[in-house]
Amino acid sequence: MSDELTNSRLGEMAYDPAPESAAIARLKPSYGLFIDGEFTDPSSHAAFVTLNPANEEPLASVAQASSADVDQAVAAARRAYDTVWSKTTGAERSKYLFRIARLIQERSRELAVVETLDNGKPIRESRDIDIPLAAAHFFYYAGWADKLDYAGYGPDPKPLGVAGQIIPWNFPLLMAAWKLAPALAAGNTCVLKPAETTPLSALVLAEILQQAELPPGVVNIVTGDGTTGAALVDHPGVDKIAFTGSTEVGRRIQQRVATSHKHLTLELGGKGANIVFEDAPIDEMIEGIIDGIFFNQGHVCCAGSRLLVQESVADDVLRRLIRRVDQLRVGDPLDKNTDVGAINSAAQLARIKELTAYGEEEGATRYTSTCALPDKGYWFAPTVFADVAQSHRIAREEIFGPVLSVLTFRTPEEAVAKANNTNYGLACGVWSEKGSRTLWVAERLRAGVIWANTYNRFDPTSPFGGVRESGFGREGGRHGLEAYLNV
Amino acid sequence: MSTSPLRLVTSDAREVQLPSGSTLPAVESESQLRGLLAGLSGVDAVGAEARAAKLATRSLKKTTKLAALDLAISMVDLTTLEGADTPGRVTSLCTKALHPDPSDASVPSVAAVCVYPDLVAHARHVLGTSSVKVAAVATSFPSGRASLNVKLLDVREAVTAGADEIDMVIDRGAFLSGRLGQVFDEVVAVKEACDGAPLKVILETGELVTYDNVRRASWIAMLAGADFIKTSTGKVSVSSTLPAALVMLEAVRDFAEATGALVGVKVAGGIRSSKDALRYLVVVNETTGSAWLTPDRFRFGASSLLNDLLMQRLKQRSGAYVRADEFSGD
Amino acid sequence: MSEDRLDVRKTYKLLINGAFPRSESGRSYEVTTTKGEFVANVAQGSRKDVRDAVVAARAAQAKWWAQSAYGRGQVIYRLAEMAESRRDELAEHVRLCEGLSPKKAQARVSRAIDRVVWYAGWTDKIAQILGSSNPVAGPFFNFSVPVPSGVVGVVADQDSSLEAFVDAVLAPIAVGNTVVAIASEKRPTPAALLGEMTATSDFPGGVLNIVTGFTGEVAPTLAAHEDVDGIDLGGVDEDFANDLAHSAAGSIKRVLRPSPTDEASLRRLRAFVETSTVWHTIGQ
Repeated sequence: MSDELTNSRLGEMAYDPAPESAAIARLKPSYGLFIDGEFTDPSSHAAFVTLNPANEEPLASVAQASSADVDQAVAAARRAYDTVWSKTTGAERSKYLFRIARLIQERSRELAVVETLDNGKPIRESRDIDIPLAAAHFFYYAGWADKLDYAGYGPDPKPLGVAGQIIPWNFPLLMAAWKLAPALAAGNTCVLKPAETTPLSALVLAEILQQAELPPGVVNIVTGDGTTGAALVDHPGVDKIAFTGSTEVGRRIQQRVATSHKHLTLELGGKGANIVFEDAPIDEMIEGIIDGIFFNQGHVCCAGSRLLVQESVADDVLRRLIRRVDQLRVGDPLDKNTDVGAINSAAQLARIKELTAYGEEEGATRYTSTCALPDKGYWFAPTVFADVAQSHRIAREEIFGPVLSVLTFRTPEEAVAKANNTNYGLACGVWSEKGSRTLWVAERLRAGVIWANTYNRFDPTSPFGGVRESGFGREGGRHGLEAYLNV
Repeated sequence: MSTSPLRLVTSDAREVQLPSGSTLPAVESESQLRGLLAGLSGVDAVGAEARAAKLATRSLKKTTKLAALDLAISMVDLTTLEGADTPGRVTSLCTKALHPDPSDASVPSVAAVCVYPDLVAHARHVLGTSSVKVAAVATSFPSGRASLNVKLLDVREAVTAGADEIDMVIDRGAFLSGRLGQVFDEVVAVKEACDGAPLKVILETGELVTYDNVRRASWIAMLAGADFIKTSTGKVSVSSTLPAALVMLEAVRDFAEATGALVGVKVAGGIRSSKDALRYLVVVNETTGSAWLTPDRFRFGASSLLNDLLMQRLKQRSGAYVRADEFSGD
Repeated sequence: MSEDRLDVRKTYKLLINGAFPRSESGRSYEVTTTKGEFVANVAQGSRKDVRDAVVAARAAQAKWWAQSAYGRGQVIYRLAEMAESRRDELAEHVRLCEGLSPKKAQARVSRAIDRVVWYAGWTDKIAQILGSSNPVAGPFFNFSVPVPSGVVGVVADQDSSLEAFVDAVLAPIAVGNTVVAIASEKRPTPAALLGEMTATSDFPGGVLNIVTGFTGEVAPTLAAHEDVDGIDLGGVDEDFANDLAHSAAGSIKRVLRPSPTDEASLRRLRAFVETSTVWHTIGQ
């Protein structure tokens, strides 16, 4: 019996490295802008280097688009809209989108590796989530292109024209799909601006658009920094701006667009509450909390970054949670067994460090995984703050990293009040085996997406988007068409 | 900057924490049993299956894979449970159990052979004093549809014939009709009849259907003194599944933390490939951890699995794929 | 009105939280016909009145939304009944304010009341029109329902004193929002009368709040107020609307700049609706 008193250590069997090959990405040394169906040099010949955040090694040189380049891209999009795309039938548009979806599937392994190299996310996620969902999104909207009459916006709804689309670095290809697929299905042409730190998968997508023989100018891709995005937002030839990113930038965009007649949809930040009742299915709930905050290193606008746990079970939940956090495998994003990858950039890492320092200063109790972190690259060990108060900055501000704040509540009403006590309103989770209470809570949460007994699930048929300072407009589903139709 | 409680996760955070001394609660009435079971959390089927599927994507390479293959071999309860079983068939099985790969002495023996009670004596004779155990399926395996007296006699005869371990079935009919006390009492009685031989309690998860039932049945068996809980007989259409095993492993983990008693898990039925076996080991590794990564606490009830483990083992060492005839068909 | 008797005149007051206060500022202003004849003195609302109205609207919103859709329809229909019974009074003020013939004024009131009935019927349909069940690729029940944005500010049309006002306030109210409306500056009395009618038609206090006064003074407060979730800029010219839209962006408000074709339209009903999507696992 003596050996039975030794505690059992979880994850004791170590896994040898199981890396996916970086060569699968077939990266080129440099990439131009994708304008009017061709890769072109930017007018200024300016370029920047995109890094692998896992080791800080350069991946490729990417063109920096100036306002003159944006002008070219918008002009190409306008030309394509006037001369080709607005004259292409819905059925034909549909087939282009189906083609694109298939090509993404065919090149899915390459895209997964590109995404992981450029973003730092685990290959398991890019392989099993980002890339399949991106393909699925094109498949879904492909079918809408010739059925817009049935979308509930009246007969023969019209596109808006040229859409300027600015996407973030957390799900580079998936966000491109979320933007392009409904816009093209609705009959718009597009100028897409990928994030500065993650431009590569969009450029592979440009190759795919060429392979699909999408008419030149229907989609243009301009890489660059914030100035490129600003040029696109301000461009008078753009009819619609769709932006996904921070609330801070979203606010500025809404202000700039206010004096124009541009249509606007915003998908911004969040501070999602994951509400755990004492009757929650405990093992699945722990996994859900983990998925909620450590999926994609917490670089998720809808992350469940606030855990609201019923006081009666708080100690048990916290203990199990910490145990699970310490088991997360942090490291080489290309390793198929990695659970948590690299922070996307030095700037983001600095932001996470700053806010977690506040967490300590404000008196919350910090638990940080004992995992070893690589020497090079941008890394942050999974962290949980307990004893967090509503007033703490780590309970109010979006950290956008692998950091969870744990708060407690006593009654369903208090849970709802605390969950809603934020300027954001993107997503929430509810964990309970009691259906009626789950629906009671769901009805009262001010959030665009509510996950019950699950978290961070996405599907092209399911509308996604926020309320209040998390933005407006929906992506996905029938609702997602509205953003690109003049209705 | 002033910093207040900075508690880094301590080195024992990742452990299944056992209480000092056994605190197994004595179950004295059915209502008390129901109370204990009512305190168990529900299982969300979607979440449990998603977790199992995610763990199934773990990729075991190189030395990890080799070690895991050997560990899996050592965990096999090499099984024959056919109406056509004969002493001759059992002899070949035992021979294989002792030396799965006669050409390679580094291959470990399996944990046990598993046979019907009437063949226990023969198996015992062939295995002699080796480390390979004789396990007998008793209690009117696989249906369990007999009186308690018949079941106990079945067990006693197997033990008398030399069985080291007994695999019993619970009365699923009693469980599903709510006679939980009866299920509990039967396990207690069989445990006593085992006379010290380790008892594996087969839940037949495929007939219990829901994960909530699997969790409750696991706890009934453990509270009644099971040394192992086992998924399946292999005789119904749904045998062991990864999520059902996950739920059972969560149950033994929580039971260990609650009582200090470490109960083993045996998965059986339909596990034919090394890939499947390694997936189970990953689930063990990440759910219950090191103390269960031993034949004392985790078993595979299987027959054809062993050859696939051997083939993968050889392939892993030689680099070339292996033909099936490389190993005996026993 | 009898010639041999001095008529009793009414002061038109604000509507905040179901009560009819004078402006906290104590100010009022003179409303005249299009020809300059005196119609009434009307409370001149202030920034603080807007603030109070927003507080009332916020407090009322959860309760209004918690009512059944059927119940909200009943309340709005009751308003139509009240308006019908006081239609002559409404028509008289529409005539005075808009400079119309009695017949045209009556016709406008008829259309406005019919519009109220139209919105009454929407309350329990909108979820079926805008909602959906979403066939996600996984074991989840997934549905989307329209939910109100919350508190909606309305800068009402300056010309159409009743009809446009009904569209602007009842579209958001029908879908569960509460409203703070700034009535037409020069033609506020029909809106004020409608406000009075809500007090006798089961409208919970705070669901509709009306501030009369100078649009240029109070609209910026409404547009910038962080606890206002959306704003309808139907009653200001383009330059002013640009300014207000810029200020509304401070708290990422939904902004509606309606076009004439938006009256009694689904677009209006959609303008201050959010889509809430719920996922739930499906398993044994």
